[in-house]
Amino acid sequence: MELANIEKLVEKYLDATTTLQEEATLKNYFTGGNVAKHLQEYAYLFNYFATAREETFTKAISLEPKKSKKRNLKWLSVAASVAVLFSIFLGKHQYDKNVQRKEAQRIYAQVSRGLELLSTNLKKGEQAVANLYRYENSVNKILK
Amino acid sequence: MNQSDFLKVVLPFKDKVFRLAKRLLVSTEEAEDATQELLFKLWKSKEKLADYNNVEAFAMTMTKNYCYDRLKSKQANNLTLVHSNYKEKETSLDKKLEYRDSVNQVHVLIEKLPEQQKIIIQLRDIEQYDFDEICKMVDMKPTAVRVALSRARKTIREELTKTHNYGVS
Repeated sequence: MELANIEKLVEKYLDATTTLQEEATLKNYFTGGNVAKHLQEYAYLFNYFATAREETFTKAISLEPKKSKKRNLKWLSVAASVAVLFSIFLGKHQYDKNVQRKEAQRIYAQVSRGLELLSTNLKKGEQAVANLYRYENSVNKILK
Repeated sequence: MNQSDFLKVVLPFKDKVFRLAKRLLVSTEEAEDATQELLFKLWKSKEKLADYNNVEAFAMTMTKNYCYDRLKSKQANNLTLVHSNYKEKETSLDKKLEYRDSVNQVHVLIEKLPEQQKIIIQLRDIEQYDFDEICKMVDMKPTAVRVALSRARKTIREELTKTHNYGVS
């Protein structure tokens, strides 16, 4: 490849108007080792491109790297929701028990107040009856 | 699509994915993780792969986007990227060594380019994709791709001539 042609291609290359084929021509020239002095920097450039292309991905490809992690997360959420449900159930149970006890206390208080009222009123009646007996006794004494 | 079919599709371009990731993320380890993650993402969406007529271009676009995301979260974490395997120029007169240093210098110069130019120069000068494919991968108009590529090539050349002429080495 004559130098004039290469220089023309280099100009085109800098304007990014070269085709892939023309770039391959440039690459062949500049990696060939016999480069004109004033174009030396392109040799660095194209040699770098050539070496950079050789780098490969050497790790083994594994197609299920994060599956186990995801599954753990799924089970964790299931466990969490079960725990939440259980605690709601327990809480409700406890709350119901508390409400029942309060209700029982209230009813007990009401009943005992009612009974108290009844007993005081009964006492009043008893006294009245006792007075009546005394009256009857004295009447009998006088009549006999 | 079973595992071996999938690998047959993916193997031809896994290195290209890795190199693009490394160009953007700088560190080899990060690039390896990114490649692994990307292949896994592709594997998960393997049913859809048949619908794409160009899986490779699709994978390259995914790589680009994935690396952008990684870079963004890195910036958020206030981590700066540094090139780890670049050696300072040695004063040795060994012609071979000087030559290798100049080749390594290209790596550093590319690293200093804006991200978009980095991607385009990677796709064109290293992976040798044609312009149509590059336009699809980076989602840009052909003229814009050419302008960016021209700018990147000129910047690198200028920097190279500068060090060369002033005889730094």
